Amino acid sequence: MEQTLKISKIREGTVIDHIPAGKAIKVLAILRIDEKGSQTVSVGIRVPSGRIGSKDVVKIEGRYLERFEVDKISLVAPEASISIVKNYEVVEKFIVEIPERVTGIIKCSNRNCITNSKEPVVSEFHVISKKPLILRCYYCERNMQEKEILNNL
Amino acid sequence: MDRRSTVYARCILPVSDPAVHQYDIYHPFKKGFLEQDRYSYPMLKNRSVVSIDDVSKEDLTEIFETSDEMSRLLEQHKPLKIMDGKIMATLFYEPSTRTRLSFESAMNRLGGSVITVSDTGSSSISKGETLADTIRMTESYSDIIVIRHPMEGAAKLASRFSSKPVINAGDGSGQHPTQTLMDLYTIKKEKGRIDGLNIAMIGDLRYGRTVHSLLLALSRFDVSVTLVSPQILGIPEHILARVPDRTEITITDNLSDVLKKSDVFYVTRIQKERFTDQNEYQSVIGSYSVDEKAVSEMKEDAIIMHPLPRIDEISPEVDYSKKAAYFRQAANGVPVRMALVSTILG
Ligand SMILES: Nc1ncnc2c1ncn2[C@@H]1O[C@H](COP(=O)(O)OP(=O)(O)OP(=O)(O)O)[C@@H](O)[C@H]1O
Ligand SMILES: [Mg+2]
Ligand SMILES: [Zn+2]
Repeated sequence: MEQTLKISKIREGTVIDHIPAGKAIKVLAILRIDEKGSQTVSVGIRVPSGRIGSKDVVKIEGRYLERFEVDKISLVAPEASISIVKNYEVVEKFIVEIPERVTGIIKCSNRNCITNSKEPVVSEFHVISKKPLILRCYYCERNMQEKEILNNL
Repeated sequence: MDRRSTVYARCILPVSDPAVHQYDIYHPFKKGFLEQDRYSYPMLKNRSVVSIDDVSKEDLTEIFETSDEMSRLLEQHKPLKIMDGKIMATLFYEPSTRTRLSFESAMNRLGGSVITVSDTGSSSISKGETLADTIRMTESYSDIIVIRHPMEGAAKLASRFSSKPVINAGDGSGQHPTQTLMDLYTIKKEKGRIDGLNIAMIGDLRYGRTVHSLLLALSRFDVSVTLVSPQILGIPEHILARVPDRTEITITDNLSDVLKKSDVFYVTRIQKERFTDQNEYQSVIGSYSVDEKAVSEMKEDAIIMHPLPRIDEISPEVDYSKKAAYFRQAANGVPVRMALVSTILG
């Protein structure tokens, strides 16, 4: 029997599956799921899984994700699958994809970068490499490695 | 898209976006186009130069040739009309002597004129206006904007808000592409080539933005580079990460390692402020300065460069050696900037 079945089924909502083990907490932070929320959220951490050994799963009742949220998740969990559940059934399912340009969703880690001032621009990065994840700020041209990226989401 | 419309599109883009050129539009020169195309469709025409990456290797060749031409014209002492009727705006949010003077001199020599904010401290800039707004205003007063700013990425931002070309005259610890152009030009002019040289960069490689741009630019040539600095002033990882593997890089903290083997010594200033312990500063400055004795160990045809101002890194007696190229390097600032401006606005 599949481990994820231990978590109760949701009627309407979103399932984020195949998150690297231990990264569910980052996903929750991206989705701003904290003490102030009202939705029911089930989280599976280090659930045994045939495909990637062990994985995290997040299931959110009554919420569908925005594009920018999916893009952010792709940076933390580049292989995550997202399923949209309606009436207990998966009606749509897709794998996240790291966008070619990452715009407005993370801060440049260079504190002296012009994007961290009051100028009317959003941050913008080119994806230099997906594995390992390396982004280059379009403005200051600094590279950001995975660790910094996760700290600036 | 054929190449003509590519270049045309580049000129009429309302918001110039160099990243689009760099990553999305295909590069006509990489495909082996006819030589004459280059002159009828110069790559840099109407484009911003924010980073040395905005200048292709082919552009460099063109700028070097034009710089030679400008030097010849300057020697004739005749007024030029090449930039007649064109206006350069210089926005310096950070103090500068050489860079500012050489840009303004270059534009005046070309027969153009210069408008400037004489004191960024008393203008609207200090009253909290965004750079974006300042640029929107400035672009309507001028044909080309030269900017120096203490934050990295400022010139890139300016180029996004300006339909007129923007030249980066230094952004924080980021890029200073025109310094790099004159450095490369100096090497080329002094040594007759760049490929095949052994280049030593000495001093503060951590904070010195000139070495960052220069290293990245040199890595496009077939050179070997030795980075000589005390460990705490070593080259930042984010710069090293961008140097392609094929560039041979050696890192050392010992100047005597390179004295005999290098063709070019690029010496930079080590700033006192970088050290909390002034004794440490004194000992460091002693081990990374070039004096007569060091010069005597160098190859006969080696050259010594320095972005200036130099403080203690090169002793004054070295100035009389023919290896001392730093004043010639500084003098190249005007013809190189004339070449760049006239290529962009020509
Ligand atoms: N009603 C539901 N409530 C909660 N989770 C659900 C519901 N329906 C499906 N899921 C979960 O959504 C994800 C996708 O569902 P699907 O049936 O496609 O899973 P699967 O066959 O395990 O496929 P895979 O694991 O390869 O993505 C799984 O993690 C599954 O456990
Ligand atoms: Mg499954
Ligand atoms: Zn940045």
